[in-house]
Amino acid sequence: MSPKGVTLNTNSHKIKFARRFIRTLLRMRKNAPSSSSIEEIRKRSQRIKIAAYSSMAHAVGSRRAWSRAILFKLRNRARHHGMMRRRSMKKRVIKNDPPGDQSQTNKLRQLVPGGKAMDMCSLLEETAHYIRCLSTQVKVMQTIADHFSK
Amino acid sequence: MSSRRSRSRQSGGSRITDDQINDLVSKLQQLLPEIRDRRSDKVSAANVLQETCNYIRNLHREVDDLSERLSELLATTDAAQAAIIRSLLLQ
Repeated sequence: MSPKGVTLNTNSHKIKFARRFIRTLLRMRKNAPSSSSIEEIRKRSQRIKIAAYSSMAHAVGSRRAWSRAILFKLRNRARHHGMMRRRSMKKRVIKNDPPGDQSQTNKLRQLVPGGKAMDMCSLLEETAHYIRCLSTQVKVMQTIADHFSK
Repeated sequence: MSSRRSRSRQSGGSRITDDQINDLVSKLQQLLPEIRDRRSDKVSAANVLQETCNYIRNLHREVDDLSERLSELLATTDAAQAAIIRSLLLQ
C-alpha cells in the first residue's frame, strides 16, 4: 500500500495476470468442442473478455479500489446469478469535482471500475493505475494471440 | 475511505487543493500517448480528462478485439501449441 503517487510493480502484475489468464484459456480449450460455430466462438469471446478483466483484477488484488470493484462485481454476479441484485447502501461521498469539468469527469467515472464512488483525487490516482494495468493486459493478450497464431 | 485519504496527504485537512489535483492530472498526462508526444505545456485539465476517456475506450475496444481473436484461435489451435503455451507458464 504505497502512499505516494502511482508506484507499480508492473512486472509482478503482468506475470500473475498472464499465468491466470493462460490457465483459463487452456481450460477453455480443453472443454471446447472440436467444431465451433460462429455463435459458440462469439459466446466464448465474451467469456475470454471477462476472464481477462478478472485475471487482471485478481493479479492486482484488493490493493486498488478499481480492482476491488471488479472483484466485488464478479462475486456478486456469481452469488446472485439470475436473481435481482440487492441495492447496495450508498455512502455519501464528497466528490470535489472541479467546476466546469462535470461531463468529462462523469465520463471518466463511468469508465473506471468503481469510479462513481470515488472522490476526485482517488479517481485520478485510480485512473492512472488502471490505465497502466489495462495496457499491460492488452500487451499480454497480444503476445498470447501472436503465439497461438504461429 | 477517508482514513486512506488522510494517510496519503501531507497537509492536515480533508479538503483537496487544486495543486494536488493538478499534480495528479499531470501524472495522468504522462501516461497518455497522445499528449505525451505533443509536449505542449498548454494542455488543460479538461483536455487530459478527455484524452484519458478516449484512451480507456480504445483499450477496452482492443480487449474486445483480442478476445474475439483469441476465441477464434482457440478453436483452431492444436495440442502441440497448447503444450508450448503450458510450458511457458511453468517457467
